[in-house]
Amino acid sequence: MTAELGHFALILAFAISIPQIIIPMIGAHKGWNDWMRFATPAAIAQFLLVGVAFAMLTTAFVTSDFSVRLVAANSHSAKPMLYKVTGVWANHEGSMLLWITILTLFGATIAVWGRNLPPSLKARVLSVQSMVGAAFLAFILFTSNPFTRLGQPPVDGNGLNPLLQDPGLAFHPPFLYLGYVGLSMAFSFAVAALIEGKVDAAWARWVRPWTLAAWIFLTIGIGLGSWWAYYELGWGGWWFWDPVENASFMPWLMATALLHSAIVVEKRNALKSWTVLLAILAFSFSLIGTFIVRSGVITSVHAFANDPERGVFILVILAVAIGGALTLYALRATQLKSTAVFGLVSRESGLVMNNLLLSVAAAVVFVGTIWPLVAEITTGAKVSVGAPFFNIAFTPFMVVLAMILPIAAMLPWKRGDLKRTMQPLWGIAALSVALGAAVWVMQTGGRMLAPVGLTLAFWVVVGAMADVAVRVKLGKASLPESLRRSRNLPRADWGKMFSHIGFGLMIFGISAIMSWEVEDIRVAKIGDTFPLQAYEIRFDGVKGIQGPNYTAARGEFTLFKDRVEIAKLYPEKRNYPVQSMPTSEAAIDQNLLRDVYVVLGDRQNDGGWAVRSYVKPFTNWIWIGVFTLSFGGLLSITDRRYRVASAARKSTMSAVPAE
Amino acid sequence: MLKYLLLIVMLATPVMAVQPDEILADPVMEARARDISKGLRCLVCRNENIDDSNAELARDLRLLVRERLVAGDTDQEVEDFVVERYGEYVLLKPMFSLSNAMLWFAGPALLIVGGWISLVFIRRRSTGAALPEEGLTADEQAKLDALLKG
Repeated sequence: MTAELGHFALILAFAISIPQIIIPMIGAHKGWNDWMRFATPAAIAQFLLVGVAFAMLTTAFVTSDFSVRLVAANSHSAKPMLYKVTGVWANHEGSMLLWITILTLFGATIAVWGRNLPPSLKARVLSVQSMVGAAFLAFILFTSNPFTRLGQPPVDGNGLNPLLQDPGLAFHPPFLYLGYVGLSMAFSFAVAALIEGKVDAAWARWVRPWTLAAWIFLTIGIGLGSWWAYYELGWGGWWFWDPVENASFMPWLMATALLHSAIVVEKRNALKSWTVLLAILAFSFSLIGTFIVRSGVITSVHAFANDPERGVFILVILAVAIGGALTLYALRATQLKSTAVFGLVSRESGLVMNNLLLSVAAAVVFVGTIWPLVAEITTGAKVSVGAPFFNIAFTPFMVVLAMILPIAAMLPWKRGDLKRTMQPLWGIAALSVALGAAVWVMQTGGRMLAPVGLTLAFWVVVGAMADVAVRVKLGKASLPESLRRSRNLPRADWGKMFSHIGFGLMIFGISAIMSWEVEDIRVAKIGDTFPLQAYEIRFDGVKGIQGPNYTAARGEFTLFKDRVEIAKLYPEKRNYPVQSMPTSEAAIDQNLLRDVYVVLGDRQNDGGWAVRSYVKPFTNWIWIGVFTLSFGGLLSITDRRYRVASAARKSTMSAVPAE
Repeated sequence: MLKYLLLIVMLATPVMAVQPDEILADPVMEARARDISKGLRCLVCRNENIDDSNAELARDLRLLVRERLVAGDTDQEVEDFVVERYGEYVLLKPMFSLSNAMLWFAGPALLIVGGWISLVFIRRRSTGAALPEEGLTADEQAKLDALLKG
């Protein structure tokens, strides 16, 4: 019954989405209020219905209803409850249902909280949002129905890929989807504004929090995925430039650019048409990402050809959405006139540089990701594009970005004076370079990655702090005065500082792990002690253990430094009998200076075991950086100017006579 | 019972990435082998280099790389040898060739075009600002010529 109910709710949601496209759009065009108002209940109903469908699928998974094909294929009765729930989105059909649930959730939030939006803009936004919704509801209903029943239900299910049975990955997809589906809001606002022919500061003030929210989720989602790869895949890799990763990274880069350009629209009423274009492109990259992940086209052209139905369907959605939006943009963008004037040296120019670097970087990732496909189609050549390419082609953009960031962030609006802005920064720049030089001397030459990385990291982190220090006149005014000023500093400025510091910390962590990792691969016998950099590791033994739905060999290691025991480490080699698939669980002793990372390998013929151990310096700073980055976003989104907007809404609400 | 479980775990486990028995005695040569391995694709895997891969084929390729190094090949010769055998597909960093020109030049080209558009845009915005002279000074021209030649 649950599956049928879910299926029925999805069909109803699709049925509602069509009038939600048409009626408010006509209403907004003709100025008919009640037609425009139709969008609000429709968007809420659409969300509730999709929510019911999602709840029904979750029920089927939780109760292990193996008469549902999807549950039988992806779940197992012995699986822990957490993974029964997360199993809902760990497959194609379920993940598309999650996608559409989040899309309609964002639509509903506009319906509920968008009371102070101009009625015509709100109607158009919801109409555009529903276009995307209808397309994906049709996709699910026609090609990827999650509620298909089996004629003869199996006794038990096939289980979930053991690699996915992990808390880090369990919550990775929802965050990621909240992020890149959240960009649909920016897209809908952009398209609505093009139809409307008007983009102003109020528009930007609406778009920016949504983009920020999407960006925060996306940042956390990507961070979770990277963290998962680090401890689960068994050698501590944290980013692979895999097409699927790139699919989430491209929208992230574009969203980051959009965040910055929306500030210019909001504060200076400039860069309007570029911001609208960015909003369209950011969501376009989300759609392209969905296509890449869902069609399998990048992994192999042949996989796509074998099951073209889904891929072609998404490709059509993609072509219509992106093509349509860009055509509309071409027709209407000239109406979006910006009046503001600013000089060559100004905050505005700095933000244009930021946008240029981020969007070209995104384009490089895009070209690299689709190149194998393009090459095969055009010349028939089979080429691979992997990490070594991206490291060379992508990194320079981030280096330049980090170089200009502290300066551009401190430039005043309209017209700046480079000399004056640089005044407090010269010292920091000199210190950064000195630090880099010291690092270079200490590692006695060698690769430039660490010296350059550390120089930039220090420059960005301290530069971001200097910005706030100058703003509060730290050291220039009395301490109480500085404190008073810092209390009055808008939260968005603190957000800016934290996010920029987060970026710097990531540069630090990434350069450190890439330059200074120490690795040891050996055969160790039980009882052996072996050195690893400044540490010693004793191999105490291996035990067989039984988990809830797996068996494992668990190695026992003791970590010593200067003959003092500092930690016990228990790496596991697990086997999940349902899928007969082995996974490796690394044991990691973490602190802020380094991770000691131990992986148990195969038993050798002579009775020893293969053991891989690493010292990964400063790795945690990558995740701390990610956290600081999103924390900055959070501060920014709770800035007074957005809260004032909502307070103003409340007061206008109470001012309306209760009829 | 537990012993039995342990046995199952061991039997079901595939070979792990770089094995202790593969490692060359000469640490410098081993480091070179690792570097080369990181740029070679495991042909049966999804976007994985042979250094990280668990596949049997990746192990064969790792051993081949080491064999060539021990035989006295340079890094480039090893790479050429592998490409000769398996095609360009094996390289994770596509060759800097005419057929890959679009891939390699996309970034720089877009940056130049985008940068130029931004500059024109900003200049148009900054009406009334003290704009620097159009064109290049003799000094800049000389630098540019040197760059183009070099």
